[in-house]
Amino acid sequence: MPLTNDKLVIAGREFDSRLMVGTGKYADFHQMVRAIEVSGAQIITVAVRRVNISDRSKESLLDHIDLKKYTLLPNTAGCYTADDAIRTCRLAREAGLSDFVKLEVLGDEKTLFPNNEELLKAAKVLIAEGFTVLPYTSDDPIICKKLEDMGCAAVMPLGAPIGSGLGIRNPYNIQIILETVKVPVIVDAGVGTASDAAIAMELGCDGVLMNTAIASAQDPVAMAEAMNLAVRAGRLAYRAGRIPRKLYATASSPLAGLIA
Amino acid sequence: MNITTNGEAVSIDPLTVQQYLVSLGIDPRRVAVELNMDILPKAQYETTLLKEGDALEIVHFVGGGARG
Repeated sequence: MPLTNDKLVIAGREFDSRLMVGTGKYADFHQMVRAIEVSGAQIITVAVRRVNISDRSKESLLDHIDLKKYTLLPNTAGCYTADDAIRTCRLAREAGLSDFVKLEVLGDEKTLFPNNEELLKAAKVLIAEGFTVLPYTSDDPIICKKLEDMGCAAVMPLGAPIGSGLGIRNPYNIQIILETVKVPVIVDAGVGTASDAAIAMELGCDGVLMNTAIASAQDPVAMAEAMNLAVRAGRLAYRAGRIPRKLYATASSPLAGLIA
Repeated sequence: MNITTNGEAVSIDPLTVQQYLVSLGIDPRRVAVELNMDILPKAQYETTLLKEGDALEIVHFVGGGARG
């Protein structure tokens, strides 16, 4: 089954790639640009931070990113309250002139798990202000349904804690989320290696977002390629339809004509 | 005249926001500005004169994924 006519559609916008990547933690801009290119990603996340007004010698991220080629997805990483996240989104829209935001409201520093109460609060305000909200959330089908009902353009349940590399810890919850919501389901956080991304896609997820798994790999550019292939392989396997799991063997060679 | 920029107290001559950004070596197209907690639309940079006691936040995009 070819991957043609298999576009990811978020809020009416079409994307060929189902892998989204972050721009943090790279050794330098050159490595980041190479990794993003090789990953095939079309949506890349960025953070919003204060400009260093006393030292202007540092290069700016946007000097290295071709904005005609990539859709920037500003995130609210590091926000712990709805108010901070809303403020960050408003600034991001003004800086980037796009309504797309990855809404992230964190609960605590140790787990970086989402604070869903604040997340719902922020999502409501932002949607009313015309933002296209992609919320990072727990792998909780009830919260995901609430986010969809209030008008989020996608839901982004975690596979495991951010940066943990533990993979998809609860594939059954992801499966229930996939059955529960109609908006795209994008696994965000927790991917450690290529098979984790493939598993998310084989479950039927619409996309995977990652940063650390690529940027902190020993060879980020090679891992970016691995992730590109894994997301495509997983998607293809999902569409191909896997065989059911069975406890016992089923011969794959014909039984007729055996010599003994 | 004293204002606060990104949490730092700074002393400047009376300037518009546009002039101030340029004086800092900042490309106004690449940033977002909050003036006294409200977003300042880019179209108003040239017409907004900074006043004593103003608080500015000037932000831009940096590398970040899950956690900036």
